Amino acid sequence: MKHITLPLQKEEIETLQAGEPVLLSGMMYTARDAAHKKLVEMIEKGERLPFDLHGASIYYVGPTPARENQVIGSAGPTTSSRMDPYVPLLAENGLKGMIGKGRRSKEVIDAIRKHQMVYFVCTGGAGALLSHCITSREVIAFPELLAEAVARIEVKDFPCFVGLDIHGNDIYDLED
Amino acid sequence: MKKIEVERISQSIERICGQIACVYDPDILASICKGRENESSPRSIAAMDTLVQNAQIAVEERIPICQDTGLAIVYLKIGQDVALTGGSLYEAVNRGVRNGYLGHFLRASSVDDPIYERKNTKDNTPAIIYTDIVDGDCVEVSVMAKGFGSENKSALKMLTPADGEQGVIDFVCDTVAKAGPNACPPFVIGVGVGGTFDSCAVMSKKALLRPISVSNPDERYADLENRLLEKINAMKIGPMGFGGNTTALKVQVEYAPTHIAGLPVAVNMCCHVCRHGSEVIE
Repeated sequence: MKHITLPLQKEEIETLQAGEPVLLSGMMYTARDAAHKKLVEMIEKGERLPFDLHGASIYYVGPTPARENQVIGSAGPTTSSRMDPYVPLLAENGLKGMIGKGRRSKEVIDAIRKHQMVYFVCTGGAGALLSHCITSREVIAFPELLAEAVARIEVKDFPCFVGLDIHGNDIYDLED
Repeated sequence: MKKIEVERISQSIERICGQIACVYDPDILASICKGRENESSPRSIAAMDTLVQNAQIAVEERIPICQDTGLAIVYLKIGQDVALTGGSLYEAVNRGVRNGYLGHFLRASSVDDPIYERKNTKDNTPAIIYTDIVDGDCVEVSVMAKGFGSENKSALKMLTPADGEQGVIDFVCDTVAKAGPNACPPFVIGVGVGGTFDSCAVMSKKALLRPISVSNPDERYADLENRLLEKINAMKIGPMGFGGNTTALKVQVEYAPTHIAGLPVAVNMCCHVCRHGSEVIE
């Protein structure tokens, strides 16, 4: 299986094909509905973002609270389409990777083609298993949003499939 | 008159919340394993295997199966010969949800206002509470932890009598097609038919409480459940939307009398976890 290191490199993104299984390792950020709204508002106001979007990957997740001996609680993907309205602006500002589940809008697919991005999908409802692949978590913004806070996380061998590649091929439309 | 302390209801809810977040219903897990044997594409097999492995990890390590531990929906069947004592029933229900979610490290997923502030209430309250007054001197407590990946894909339509069975089938299939990969298939699908706009939706959710090994006792509706399941699995959405034969594990239809002019139908989509549990307090 293909191993991908984060942050994503342009050359690597170009090799990815919708449907192929990959293991992600490296650094990504967590954000979902409320955090996306805030990030986009900050960009529109010209404010400095809490993390550098350039080349970054965002995992759509709102984990359960960690117990004392855990890095993170259950941490599977949430439905990506709710973040669709925010993606074009984030893409213009350097976002390269997205990790979630489910179909994306035409606008997102257009942004993926235009900005040479990639969308990964992982198994919805496998939060316990996926939590094992997360080796660190640090909240870096919006702690008042609790599970929806933005965190920097390190992952190791995080199992996904390529959902949308730079050509806009969609895992959910593959025939095989 | 028999007295039951509301605190016992609270403790029951707390226990069920912790249990259903981490432990699959054995029938559903068995159904996922059976479905896995009917898959042939590598991605669909991988998705089903992941679900089974995830279920094991969740039980062994007491980590929630899914990070969306849901809104708590509490159904109380209260025997009419019971006197509830020791304070407010609804406060006890919400205390049970609060203790269950905080005590078992479940996610607080409730916001106070849907449009404006959307401020997290921090303890997953308030619960959605339904009460039925029934015969007897017991209280049956059922809790459903409903995630919104699937809830968001639920739908209701006011059909007319002329639409008949075919109208119901078309609307259910259309709703499932629109849910597609986003609502975490394989699904359990609750369908309400009849009643009114509001009661029909309640029925579709209550249908999800029925064990998946049990069909509607009315043969016509049991047959409708089977035919719907067949049609839905023929759509080939498959596990996680990766294509394949297991789009749904079960369709549960409930019906009720309705108006001469109406045929309401509600479809409550549920993901593969379909968390619910019950206790009887005597």
